[in-house]
Amino acid sequence: MNITQQANGKAPDMPAPSSPTTLWGMSGPVRRRLSWTRAASAGLLAVLVLFALIGPLVWRQYAGQDLSQFLRPPSFAEPFGNDHLGRSVIARLAHATRLSLGLALLCVTTAGIAGVALGLLAAWRRGWVDQLLLGISEIFLALPALLIVLIFAALASGEMWTIYLGIALAQWVEYFRVVRARSLSVFASPAVEAANLLRLGPVHVLRRHLCPELAPVLLTMASLGMATAVLAMSTLSYVGVGLKPPTAELGLLITESLPFYYEAPWMVAAPIVVLLLLLSGLLGLRTQEVRR
Amino acid sequence: MTILSTPSPPPSHPAETRRDHSLTRAAGKVLARRAAQAVGVTLAVTITCFVIVQNLPGDIAFRIAAGRYGYDKVDASTAAEVRADVNLDAPAWQQLGGWILDALRLDFGTSLVTGASVTDELALHLTATLQLAAVALVLSVAGGLLLGLLAAQNRGGAVDRLTDAWVSLVRALPPFILGLVLIIVFSVQLGWVPAAGHGERGNIVLPAITLAVGLSGLFARVTRDAVAQVLESGHVHFARTKGLARHVVLARHVIRNAGVTLVSYIGVQVLILVEGVVVVESLFAWPGLGHALVHAVFWRDIPAMQATVLALALIVVVVSTLVDLAVLALDPRTREAQ
Repeated sequence: MNITQQANGKAPDMPAPSSPTTLWGMSGPVRRRLSWTRAASAGLLAVLVLFALIGPLVWRQYAGQDLSQFLRPPSFAEPFGNDHLGRSVIARLAHATRLSLGLALLCVTTAGIAGVALGLLAAWRRGWVDQLLLGISEIFLALPALLIVLIFAALASGEMWTIYLGIALAQWVEYFRVVRARSLSVFASPAVEAANLLRLGPVHVLRRHLCPELAPVLLTMASLGMATAVLAMSTLSYVGVGLKPPTAELGLLITESLPFYYEAPWMVAAPIVVLLLLLSGLLGLRTQEVRR
Repeated sequence: MTILSTPSPPPSHPAETRRDHSLTRAAGKVLARRAAQAVGVTLAVTITCFVIVQNLPGDIAFRIAAGRYGYDKVDASTAAEVRADVNLDAPAWQQLGGWILDALRLDFGTSLVTGASVTDELALHLTATLQLAAVALVLSVAGGLLLGLLAAQNRGGAVDRLTDAWVSLVRALPPFILGLVLIIVFSVQLGWVPAAGHGERGNIVLPAITLAVGLSGLFARVTRDAVAQVLESGHVHFARTKGLARHVVLARHVIRNAGVTLVSYIGVQVLILVEGVVVVESLFAWPGLGHALVHAVFWRDIPAMQATVLALALIVVVVSTLVDLAVLALDPRTREAQ
């Protein structure tokens, strides 16, 4: 949601900084500290991905109710205890993490592929194709992402595909705008002109000129976009228009455990901590990009 | 930079009028572009909502009848009455045309749930949202500006590092969790302010703070970067060398230049604000557009959803237009780019 908009409202219009160190007056120590942040975020994410991949295999029973285990405090076998229906909290957490990461990856891939393809198309064909796509993207720019996702939620609320489509549809515009703007300048550069004169063909231009220019930006946007998707999904189910119980989803885990925050604070804390770690891991990956 | 390189002489009169022309021309282009955007959004949202209504499960006539006359009085005859009244038997394209014309007249029909006029309710929601958004925006701009200025003055210093940590923290903190924590601490544990609702004194405190914290972090960073960039520039060095006092340099040379970046950033902030409003209003039961939107989505009250989405989108368009115009007025260089 908002996280992405912040970067991409600026990104397409910003001239590429010639020398990052002098432009924002960034001193040496700050740079080192930031790459350290990046490494830490990558490590954090690796742990979470591992949890999402292996967790559901270790703790299989995420839906099984056992009311005799009502709000049991944490133990060695159940590090986060059992919830109000006696379900294992850590099993539900593992499944929720897997769901969040998986769906976010799917959304970002879809939006990324669509946005990059359309951006390249617009920059390549120019003319009415470009104008049409630009006009459509203007409409999307006036609609904050959450609104688009909400409209889709109204179509068939509680179903995964509406959330997937909504988030993907809200995000393609960013890739489109950035790829279009950057490709236009790449196509106009003397290097590409030379390549064309040498008849090196579109594949060469794509591989040697476009990819190096676009790849770092796209990777940054993807990690941001995943954070946005994770946040949007948990927010939607938190306000009651996203996925429905008994799905194990981070926002739902928080909502469901809230009534018991006094008796079982660990149950509320666990999903909140996982969500925060997930978001800071995804956002931390791009810290360097922000400050250039 | 040497003293010899004097600034260019003040523009003579003809040049001045030419520049004014460039402003009007650029402003005209901005207005045309934004008007097209507004019309595009209205059409897109209206058509989408129409398609959703066409595909809602069940007979829409019964839903409308339930909204109008209450669930007890829904039967085939009231549904037929509604059908004739709303012209539900007309071909789809005619109905869609009617929807679009109505939307342009700001008539969004009646709510499918309460049966009240959507437009009347919209006015109430809009006031509440603008109230909340204004307080949050003022808080965040004041806080962010202060932090950013302090951080930029002493880069790498304690304030800068603290701001940095604050910004990173706030970015990874979803508004609904922040709101939750604020409710638990300040209204449940300490009992200082009411947790949720509207109309009592102090109701606005928590939602406004929740919104403002999320916005202030980013604003602080943008301020810091913009001010730092200006501080590095030649003309600021010159002003310092000339012997101007620190605060004079800041007021005359730095803030105005950094202002261009900051003003255009407000355009980005309004998007964040609109999304924040949806979440925060639902969390704190603040009866604004966002709260109404979530309700409409939950109950599939499509006319209400159409109206609230359009209102929020048009707020974005209007603010963006104002920002565009302000930037044109502040920075003559942008006029040629138009």
